[in-house]
Amino acid sequence: MVQLRYFASLREALGIGEEQLALPDNITTVAQLSAWLQTRGTDWQQALGDPRLHTAINQAVVRPDARIHDGDEIAWFPPVTGG
Amino acid sequence: MIRVQQADFDPGLELEQLRKRCAGRAGAVASFTGLVRDRNDGTTVSRLTLEHYPGMTEKVLDDIAAHAMTRWELVDAVIIHRVGPLAPNDRIVFVAAACAHRNNAFRACEYMIDVLKTEAPFWKQEETPHGRRWVEAGES
Repeated sequence: MVQLRYFASLREALGIGEEQLALPDNITTVAQLSAWLQTRGTDWQQALGDPRLHTAINQAVVRPDARIHDGDEIAWFPPVTGG
Repeated sequence: MIRVQQADFDPGLELEQLRKRCAGRAGAVASFTGLVRDRNDGTTVSRLTLEHYPGMTEKVLDDIAAHAMTRWELVDAVIIHRVGPLAPNDRIVFVAAACAHRNNAFRACEYMIDVLKTEAPFWKQEETPHGRRWVEAGES
């Protein structure tokens, strides 16, 4: 199982903040997972397809080709606006 | 020392506690306090809500403070950021740096707030006369 988290405008667009799911065997990278999630529908395709999104694995920002493993926490979020 | 909290903070108290922790080792303390503005992008802002990524936020702020400590040879560093609902003029963020001389204290403060703004996972949502909207990166 992996834990998925979505924040801010992305969370609102998807209507979900977090979920757990069993990772399909053929998915090994963040980019593959995102593409697979985008097959859920137009909302997911538009929201997760935004090239400005950042991805973090276990709370560290990664590139799209980063590998994911069972037990990971994977988060997507828009560019940050704190401070 | 980093903290993420809903509650307000007292910059005077934070600076006094920082001064005491320095125990004679620092010759300079510089700080920056960020406030909620009542306007952004040409629109009145009546309320601001800060969302963050609990856990990752603290890690990123710890890394920023640790890097500043090393790079500018600080005696101590403080980063405080508020989350949740805020009103115009509320304090939102505080950074402070203590070190031997003033130049490094100024530079360390500027570094910490600049990096925080681009790397720490906080997101602002504004309430305006036209409704709620997420602040876009680069306009805050």
